[in-house]
Amino acid sequence: MGSKKKWLETTYRQASERPVRFSTVSDMELDPLYTPGDVTGSYDDAIGNPGEFPYTRGVYGSMYRGRFWTMRQFAGFGLAEDTNARFHFLLSQGQDGLSTAFDMPTLMGYDADHERALGEVGREGVSVSTVHDMAALFDRIPLDRVTTSMTVNCSASILLAMYLVVAERNGVPWERVGGTIQNDMLKEFIAQKEWICPPRPALRIVADMIEFCARKVPRWHPVSISGYHIREAGSTAVQELAFTIADGICYVDEVIKRGIGVDEFAPRLSFFWNLHNDFLEEVAKLRAARRMWARIMKDRFGAKNPKSMMLRTHAQTAGASLTAQQPINNVVRVAIQALAGVLGGVQSLHTNSMDETLALPTEQAVTVALRTQQVIAEETGVTNTIDPFGGSYAVEALTDRMEREATGYIRRIDEMGGMVKAIETGYPQREIAEAAFHFQRQLEQGIKTVVGVNKYSVPEEIPIATLKIDPAIEERQIQRVRKVKRERNSVAVREALARVADACRSGENLMEPICEAVRRDATVGEVSDIFRAEFGVYKDPGWI
Amino acid sequence: MADKRLRILVAKPGLDGHDRGAKIIARALRDGGFEVIYTGLHQTPEMIAEAAVQEDADAVGLSVLSGAHMTLFPEVIRLLKERGAGEIAVFGGGIIPDDDAAKLKQMGVRQIFTPGASTEEIVKWVRENIAPRV
Repeated sequence: MGSKKKWLETTYRQASERPVRFSTVSDMELDPLYTPGDVTGSYDDAIGNPGEFPYTRGVYGSMYRGRFWTMRQFAGFGLAEDTNARFHFLLSQGQDGLSTAFDMPTLMGYDADHERALGEVGREGVSVSTVHDMAALFDRIPLDRVTTSMTVNCSASILLAMYLVVAERNGVPWERVGGTIQNDMLKEFIAQKEWICPPRPALRIVADMIEFCARKVPRWHPVSISGYHIREAGSTAVQELAFTIADGICYVDEVIKRGIGVDEFAPRLSFFWNLHNDFLEEVAKLRAARRMWARIMKDRFGAKNPKSMMLRTHAQTAGASLTAQQPINNVVRVAIQALAGVLGGVQSLHTNSMDETLALPTEQAVTVALRTQQVIAEETGVTNTIDPFGGSYAVEALTDRMEREATGYIRRIDEMGGMVKAIETGYPQREIAEAAFHFQRQLEQGIKTVVGVNKYSVPEEIPIATLKIDPAIEERQIQRVRKVKRERNSVAVREALARVADACRSGENLMEPICEAVRRDATVGEVSDIFRAEFGVYKDPGWI
Repeated sequence: MADKRLRILVAKPGLDGHDRGAKIIARALRDGGFEVIYTGLHQTPEMIAEAAVQEDADAVGLSVLSGAHMTLFPEVIRLLKERGAGEIAVFGGGIIPDDDAAKLKQMGVRQIFTPGASTEEIVKWVRENIAPRV
């Protein structure tokens, strides 16, 4: 097709361009026009119909004509009963799945009464130190019917064990418990930076959980391979895509090494992507991700079960794109980002609340965020036809380009010896820091615009209401944890913790011993201390 | 005085791992001609105060995005004073509501930068407000 070249040289050149850089938010420069000649690959090989390999157009045959995505708002603050009340509110508003945010001490493996927890208990999520807190968190919630997502990583094995013990105490057998635990430790070292032990033992715990769930909790997704935090840390869309898929490759390799067949566990792997402001780039990223994963699972790992090749995903609008300035504008950003997710074919979605650059969201702000999804689902009509962007020259060309560039990164990581080695040398961490700095520079030079921040700003902001966390809850939670520690059978706890330590050393799967420990009231901090003692503690290299 | 390069300790107290801002600021301050030491993540107030004294810092920039700022900022200031280093200026940033920022300033935090602040603004503030310790 010579027509595009000719058009660029004649018709287009005669027109004038605005004096700006035409690039995505990730600074990928775009052509003024895409034509059939920009799209590589045939329809059957590269695109295909929905529900068919390579799943570019969606993993399910009927997509949103069959059922909408799961509307799953991430929630958690204060004491377990505070978050339980928010869960019941969200379910009453038409939300269909739960998603739990834990506070920083819980996420880092400290009990509420640990000195490192000072000032952080219940601040950024709900505090869970013992199985009793977990029981209060899910009080009056039918764990065999509502699926739950738990965002927790280095202490994930302990929190999953607590959830399973609560289910068994509520008479729900493990086989009927459904949900997802984030448990993606590789991206923690790359981006979110919540860790206990170094990468290699951390990877072993993740693999133990994948193996355990495949055998004992078949409806559970034992890992949600996450690009979200990589993007929030400042990566480009291509880096998000590349590092996330590379993390997925590393997990699959690790479990296969144990002699487990790929099709025995791969159908339960799930993903989690960021939805940023650049609309077409995000749609293309999601489509490219599905195609890449399908091809990698089939060609690299020899998967036979189509379910092993299907990239099913949760997505969340980009927290880092929201502004503290003129915060009501965030409602618009979130709506557009969520629309990209839906047009990108996600299975589950969280929409951020407008006030999240200021504090945890108020009930009113959360409701607007949930309503945003309901408007997209039930008013806009975009759910009536599957992958309406399929065949768009621009979107297909971008999808191809994202796959090509991300594949280049993955090749480099393979050459380094895989993702663990890449992390140990700081490669993805540096790439992301570089991209974050580049964006900040572009923002300050006015090459990129953030409305209300470096353009269209106002001198006086109108304040909006924010959620306040009562500092007194910290003391209440501390007392509660201490009471459990006082009243439990401490000999039984010590024995159970010793068994966890033995499993750390022997290589036995850790999950059953951890379940037994939390059944006997061992705490999040105590099991984490076993990890610290047996595996060592990871320290931030502090690269700038 | 102008000959001595200011030495700034950029620190991440608390448990949150959001280091995007801290790293950007550290790099911008370094590019702005200051000597910058970055502590890395998950520092306790003790570790930060100790590092500030050991490294002979002129100022400490704290980045907190976990909501624990009302505990962590005053604690760093208290520990610096305890070590006889109360003259080390403490400034910072993060997800910090305006009324908390006002309270923190009353407690001795020299300046609070919130989301949307430019690196240029922060570098300029440091240049104009931080003097080398004698």
